[in-house]
Amino acid sequence: MAGAALAVPFWPPPAAQSATAVDHLFIFLLAICGTVAAGIFITILYFAARYRRRADDEIGSLRPSPLWVELTWTAIPAAIFLFIFGWGARVYFSIYSPQVGALQIYVVGKQWMWEVQHPNGQREINQLHLPVNRQVQLVLTSQDVIHSFFVPAFRVKRDAVPGMYTTVQFHPTKAGEYHLFCAEYCGTEHSRMIGTVTVMEPRDYERWLAGTPRGEPLAATGERLFTKYGCVNCHGNIAPALDGVYMKGIGLADGRVVTADDQYLRESILDPGAKIVGGFPNIMPSFRGVVNEVELQALIEYLKSLGAPAAGYAGEERRPRRPVTRP
Amino acid sequence: MVEAEPVGPHHTPLREQFEALGQQREADTLGMWVFLSTEILFFGGVITSYMIYRSLFAPAFHIGSGHLDLVSGTAMTVILLASSFTMALSVHAAEHGLRRRLMLCLALTLVLGLAFLGLKAHEYYHVYQERLVPGSRFHLEGPHAREVQLFMMHYFIMTGMHALHMIIGAGMLIFLITYAARNTYKNYTVEICGLYWHFVDIVWLFLFPLLYLFELRTR
Amino acid sequence: MSTHPHLHRDDPKDYLHCEYGIRSWLFTTDHKRIAILYLVSITLMFFVGGAFATLVRLELITPQSDLLQPETYNRMFTMHGIVMVWFFLIPSIPAVLGNFLIPMMVGARDLAFPRINLLSWWLFTASGVFVLITIFIGGVDTGWTFYTPFSTFYSNSYAVAAALAIFINGFSTILTGLNFIVTVHTMRAPGMTWLRLPLFVWSNYATAVIMVLATPVLAITLLLVGIERVFRVGIFDPALGGDPILFQHLFWFYSHPAVYIMILPGMGVVSELVTAFSRKRIFGYHFVAFASMAIALFGFLVWGHHLFVSGQSLYAGLVFSLLSYLVAVPSAIKVFNWTATLYKGSVLLATPMLYALAFIGLFTMGGLTGLFVAALGVDVHVHDTYFVVAHFHYIMVGGMVTAYMGGLHFWWPKISGRMYPEGWAKIAAGLIFFGFNLTFFPQFVLGYLGMPRRYATYPPEFQVWNVLSTAGASILAVGYVVPLFYLFWSMRYGKIAPRNPWRASGLEWEEADSPPIKHNFEEVPTVTKEAYHYHEGVRLG
Repeated sequence: MAGAALAVPFWPPPAAQSATAVDHLFIFLLAICGTVAAGIFITILYFAARYRRRADDEIGSLRPSPLWVELTWTAIPAAIFLFIFGWGARVYFSIYSPQVGALQIYVVGKQWMWEVQHPNGQREINQLHLPVNRQVQLVLTSQDVIHSFFVPAFRVKRDAVPGMYTTVQFHPTKAGEYHLFCAEYCGTEHSRMIGTVTVMEPRDYERWLAGTPRGEPLAATGERLFTKYGCVNCHGNIAPALDGVYMKGIGLADGRVVTADDQYLRESILDPGAKIVGGFPNIMPSFRGVVNEVELQALIEYLKSLGAPAAGYAGEERRPRRPVTRP
Repeated sequence: MVEAEPVGPHHTPLREQFEALGQQREADTLGMWVFLSTEILFFGGVITSYMIYRSLFAPAFHIGSGHLDLVSGTAMTVILLASSFTMALSVHAAEHGLRRRLMLCLALTLVLGLAFLGLKAHEYYHVYQERLVPGSRFHLEGPHAREVQLFMMHYFIMTGMHALHMIIGAGMLIFLITYAARNTYKNYTVEICGLYWHFVDIVWLFLFPLLYLFELRTR
Repeated sequence: MSTHPHLHRDDPKDYLHCEYGIRSWLFTTDHKRIAILYLVSITLMFFVGGAFATLVRLELITPQSDLLQPETYNRMFTMHGIVMVWFFLIPSIPAVLGNFLIPMMVGARDLAFPRINLLSWWLFTASGVFVLITIFIGGVDTGWTFYTPFSTFYSNSYAVAAALAIFINGFSTILTGLNFIVTVHTMRAPGMTWLRLPLFVWSNYATAVIMVLATPVLAITLLLVGIERVFRVGIFDPALGGDPILFQHLFWFYSHPAVYIMILPGMGVVSELVTAFSRKRIFGYHFVAFASMAIALFGFLVWGHHLFVSGQSLYAGLVFSLLSYLVAVPSAIKVFNWTATLYKGSVLLATPMLYALAFIGLFTMGGLTGLFVAALGVDVHVHDTYFVVAHFHYIMVGGMVTAYMGGLHFWWPKISGRMYPEGWAKIAAGLIFFGFNLTFFPQFVLGYLGMPRRYATYPPEFQVWNVLSTAGASILAVGYVVPLFYLFWSMRYGKIAPRNPWRASGLEWEEADSPPIKHNFEEVPTVTKEAYHYHEGVRLG
């Protein structure tokens, strides 16, 4: 290479708070494991040279293997492992535990593209534009097989699973363009299910929001669908009213109380008979095969816009799908 | 116990890898136990799956269970328990070298096993007629129809696997009866086959309450 | 394996020469001949799987897809995984070396069920034929993990045929495991107490337990996948409310313990090699033996660490991470004990010992990077990247294959009656060590950079590391081909091996000829000494 040095990357750019957190743990692990590995390699090489066989009939000397030695090298690694475990768990919870007030963006994976819907109505394919220094929560699902939303610069990934909503959080700290990969093998074009995450300074982001041809806001799409599919005909009279339904406790016909989170709303649209609200007849038809994942997210966004409990959404992971049962 | 050393074994050859008959017997018996431990995990996989879905979709599984015939299920259970009893009698007869009684008990076990399979086949036909076989022909009115398919899927896989084991057991019994007729049986072979037969029965004792008695639990 | 008049074997009764003809091989019940049958079968499969790996690595020289279309590439890495996991790694040490050695090491004439042992091989062969047919009709593109709903509803390849091959293969594994367990329990020679067993037997016993208890779960899981694919209705189908994650739980309930099927026997081999070439009792026999059992036990409780980013509950992730660190402890104990065994030993760096030391080093690397992927926070980043690919290749190839090569060289005199050529063997060992590290170390860097696995194409900035990796793979390939030639060569021209060429301890060296007679021993030995009794002297002839 005459002059022009080939850029060999060693480290992915850190562009989010999660990236720094993961990097710190990773560097700690590199240091401690590197030391241990070097220690073992040097010891082996030293022993192999120092105690090399000098005569054909030489025998190694019988050494006792004292219990305290064994216990020492059982206990010390175990203690170190526990420390690593704790640190790893901290980082994990900081990445996956939902936080209040995050910018919610909906993502649907399908063979082989990422479809992104912003709350204000911007839609993107294989692109994700974000403001810097703002907590973002992605709500992920898949229309076909399992995909995985992976941004190396943020050090986060999360599987997009059909029939389920998963979430992932991050807090971009540096403007720039970063890779978006599908990390879970999803078929022929898996390696081309890639895109770009663009993190922008607030002003650029505002400009982008303004300049991007957008449809109506997502909730408005949802409202339109709500009318189109005739939901509006029953809900409010012979079916439960939906004002402020999101994250409300719902008393079911069988006496259980569930929280109307994304997963519950999704299920109630696709499989209305599964959890019937107490006092109402089971008359709603299933919309499975009628509304697709993208429309579902719009509908749910609309239901959220009908007013939510003041606390906002701060629930735990949406799995397991079995709703929280209260006595 | 009539005597410490049974009249058998008749023509029990010591295979060349073994030192003594006792060792051979120990190895053969342990072999069957290890095999049964494999079987436990085999059924365990699908039973686990059933338990998970049952907790997720309790109402649907309730409906599905309601479509199974509790009377026929109970009959099958009684038949299998009786066959376990006759199998135990066979083992006892083999140990004491009572060849005619051995053949009788084995034949009874076989008949009971076949009766079970007959009832099972009848039940399958019934489910088929009700159009409850999962797939494109599946048809069920009312709520939870979708998840009822999951119940029926488990029903067919669990009972199908069990029926397959019953068929293998029946084949085994036919061999034992032939050997007994020719007087070339080894007494502990009957015992080892007995272990298998009892195991298959025990599997049913788990499947029966899981699949059929759902109704009773929630009543 | 043919006979040669100039062999001058005084004793024509050794197992290779007691009978002749193809039937005497294909229908043999002699555990040693069955081991040879397995050796031939898995060597063939190793090179089949290796050919797929070669194509994968060649395609990845450039960022675009030029040698293979993505559709073909996906089949290549899938077939590489399936062939290497089920048709090479799982049978490798147990079915070849274990079959050959376990009866001899416990002082028995054969395994407890020789005919079932033969059946195992036939089932293995049948499944191997099935998988080769699957390859010829077009292969399968689901990844070796068969994740639903891709494998059941979306893949356009021969997933059912492949699943059937693996299903049959599973019976072979189960029957081998059953045979080992019963043999170790009931066939030990007089005086061969549990705590006098060589560590190779302990580790294969632990392996056998996993084989018997984990494989049936794979069988039922693949059956469920097959049903779902054939009948278009099944219990993992999201359209029915089914849960694709449940498949992953069931799959990894088998496949994580299976990882220990693929490493425990290697640990057993290394325990034998390190002691034989240090001429010293192993440091901490009890700890090494019980560590094998601990790994087998804990190995069943950690499957969920493959699902940290899948949508599994965070708290489940917490438990599985903690348990994964627990299972790392016995592995660490083993590494420390092997290293300590060298201390004040009489160390000879013959080829098997080179492999053994390479194993300790590479396994240490693989094990330590396991700590990275078990750390929840780090896994969120490196999961499904080349970091994981490098990690498990350090265990599987750097660990198991290295141990297998070491074991094959160590016991080659016993198996063939001939010595292998030491010079060539050292060259091959060197090539393998260097080639391996050059292949897989760059993949750690690639993984942390974020290159996902199973990518036919990739962003150009990853190219340098991929080129390095492919360069290493070509050296590695040469390293694996060389032993094929000189081991064949040695069967005719190698120096005739004495009964105990290494002056090693163990019934197979001290009490059996090279090669052994059909029933291993003239008479069943009575054991009076501990394993690795070098300080009390070993029998040479």
